[in-house]
Amino acid sequence: MKKLLLASTATAMMAGGAFADGHATEVKLGIILGFTGPIESLAVHMGNAAELAMKEVTESGLLLDGAKVTGIRGDSTCIDAAAATAVAERQITSDGVKGIVGSGCSGVTAAILNNVALANGTVMISPSATSPGLSHNNNEDEGLFFRTAPSDARQGVVMTEVLMEADVKEVALTYTNNDYGKGLADAFQAAYEEAGGSVTINAAHEDGKADYSAEVGALASAGGDLLVVAGYVDQGGSGIVRAALDTGAFDRFHFPDGMISTKLVENFGSEIDGSSGQHPSPSDELSALFTELAKGDIDEPTSPFAPETYDAAALIMLAMQAAGSSEPADYKSKVMDVANAPGEKISAGELAKGLQILKDGGDIDYVGATDVELIGPGEAAGNYRVVGYEGGAEVTAGRK
Amino acid sequence: MDFLNAIVALANFVLVPGIAYGAQLALGALGVTLIYGILRFSNFAHGDTMAFGTMFVILITWGFQSVGISAGPLPTALLALPFGIALTGLVLLGTDRIVYRFYRRTRVKPVVFVMVSLGVMFIMNGLTRFIIGPGDQRFADGERFLISARDFKEMTGLKEGLAIKTTQGITVITAVVVVALLFWFLNRTRTGKSMRAFSDNEDLALLSGINPERVVMYTWLIVAALATIAGTLYGLDKSFKPFTYFQLLLPIFAAAIVGGLGSPLGAIAGGFLIAFAEVTVTYAWKKVANYVLPEALAPDGLAQLLSTDYKFAVSFSILIIVLLFKPTGLFKGQSV
Repeated sequence: MKKLLLASTATAMMAGGAFADGHATEVKLGIILGFTGPIESLAVHMGNAAELAMKEVTESGLLLDGAKVTGIRGDSTCIDAAAATAVAERQITSDGVKGIVGSGCSGVTAAILNNVALANGTVMISPSATSPGLSHNNNEDEGLFFRTAPSDARQGVVMTEVLMEADVKEVALTYTNNDYGKGLADAFQAAYEEAGGSVTINAAHEDGKADYSAEVGALASAGGDLLVVAGYVDQGGSGIVRAALDTGAFDRFHFPDGMISTKLVENFGSEIDGSSGQHPSPSDELSALFTELAKGDIDEPTSPFAPETYDAAALIMLAMQAAGSSEPADYKSKVMDVANAPGEKISAGELAKGLQILKDGGDIDYVGATDVELIGPGEAAGNYRVVGYEGGAEVTAGRK
Repeated sequence: MDFLNAIVALANFVLVPGIAYGAQLALGALGVTLIYGILRFSNFAHGDTMAFGTMFVILITWGFQSVGISAGPLPTALLALPFGIALTGLVLLGTDRIVYRFYRRTRVKPVVFVMVSLGVMFIMNGLTRFIIGPGDQRFADGERFLISARDFKEMTGLKEGLAIKTTQGITVITAVVVVALLFWFLNRTRTGKSMRAFSDNEDLALLSGINPERVVMYTWLIVAALATIAGTLYGLDKSFKPFTYFQLLLPIFAAAIVGGLGSPLGAIAGGFLIAFAEVTVTYAWKKVANYVLPEALAPDGLAQLLSTDYKFAVSFSILIIVLLFKPTGLFKGQSV
């Protein structure tokens, strides 16, 4: 109780300070992404996308009476929880960030949330952590954690729908042995079995091996109409597909997001004809709009999770405006309000319009670059593109 | 018909990969066992010597490919192999001159030698990554299959397919040729006999006028050939990545020790034993059992003893069991 009192007094004092300064205040936001590590090639564009949104808001001069928004980059490393925690700790206590765009990977995101963000009451919006383990359905996150990427639990359901529509009732399943692979595989198995399908085997594979014949031997023995490969295309996932094709164990596959890439088509060409897959992706109109907006600021605007990062940053700033305060304790409850209906639709590039409406006391429904719709405990509902493989090429087979 | 299907399924997923893997391990274990028998230490750098040799072969293969030399249906790497062996031989002789000779002259204990080889391992490991990079490299070309699963099914009308990759065929043939040559060399030539004499009793060999430096030189050259061939075959059949060669050290040592360190015959037997143990213990027998057993007995589950994650644990367990109960190995090698 004492602590709570102290905290609220401190917050009130700081909020008072913010009002007193009025013009030309500075709001700092952390951008903690995996700038080094396994997704470093994606993080470049994600970081630029977050800064693009901040630049747009700063230039509008409308946020909280002309506040300037500065992004402070931090390296989460994607895999080293201790390093990521230290970065977040420093940003919050020493740099004084008012919110964090990040982190990139599920494991370090959970570490930052539990060790730093909860203790300091800082809002986090992750653009790319998809583990179902981060869905805080019982408010364990104290309303501080949101994500603009859909949970893999949702992907499991979408996968089930795709397979059921293709009348596939029995599959073998292999996943890469980490948080992403395991979470996705379990989510899929649960959804698929509920829908009446059966998973003959749910086996892990390690990345970075030279030889997957033993793994494929077990998968082949279990059998099934096709093989679901919840892995990485640059890693063991392709090895499994290669071994399965070579031994004739499977000739049809289903690929979740970690496998969908031009690399897959490059590796296997027409050998995987008849396979299917899906990955989160906004509609073509929204990606075209964002590509146009990001020209000159982001090298590859359609790079995975770059639009999501823009939206994550935009949501934090819009929520601040709606609350009339940059304090996480004040604006955390506004994130869902600005993201969802009712209100005027705001797309990417219209942040100034959104800020103005909120300033005038209106309501907005942020659409952004990825058609943001936050559901459940504050995560994106997710729009998926279903792909098929025909004649050695990837084709769009629908949207979900 | 069901019985035939069972045999084909077993051959496709257990026998063929097991034989190819066993041959690769046997060649690796032969190198380890020769060094242990003649130079009297466990060479931890062997896995990385394999990677180093394979790297030379890959670089030369790329060179050949870029000027349009190919071996037709066979992988170009086979043409590059002799050059790779020569370069690896030079590297090993150089390492011996710079590093090992000093310790041999001062007659250090074997355990010091092991630590020295550990150092060599790290250097080679780093150099390989520095030169060719830590990622996967592909260098296999030519025909991919002797017989593909689809063709086999069409030919025989069976439900199960049998695939034999060209690289698997080459692996087995090369291994047989290399082993035959090695045994001929050790048993029939003067140099081979002097190497065996040196291995049996160093002092006696020195007294009878055998030049130890020559024996050491020949040993390194043979080891270079064995390591490069084993590494290239493994890389052709699977894929080349420096880290996986480092990991191969465990099954290779297990093979050499199970067979009996210092015994070439044991190394071969050990290689196949480890390979088949790894594959059979982690194989899910459901499919084969369903073909062979009557319906009432057929298993519902996967009939898998261990999940494939535990593949390496199998080599470890065999290693421990052998060290506990038969420390000299199956073929009476030296005890560790």
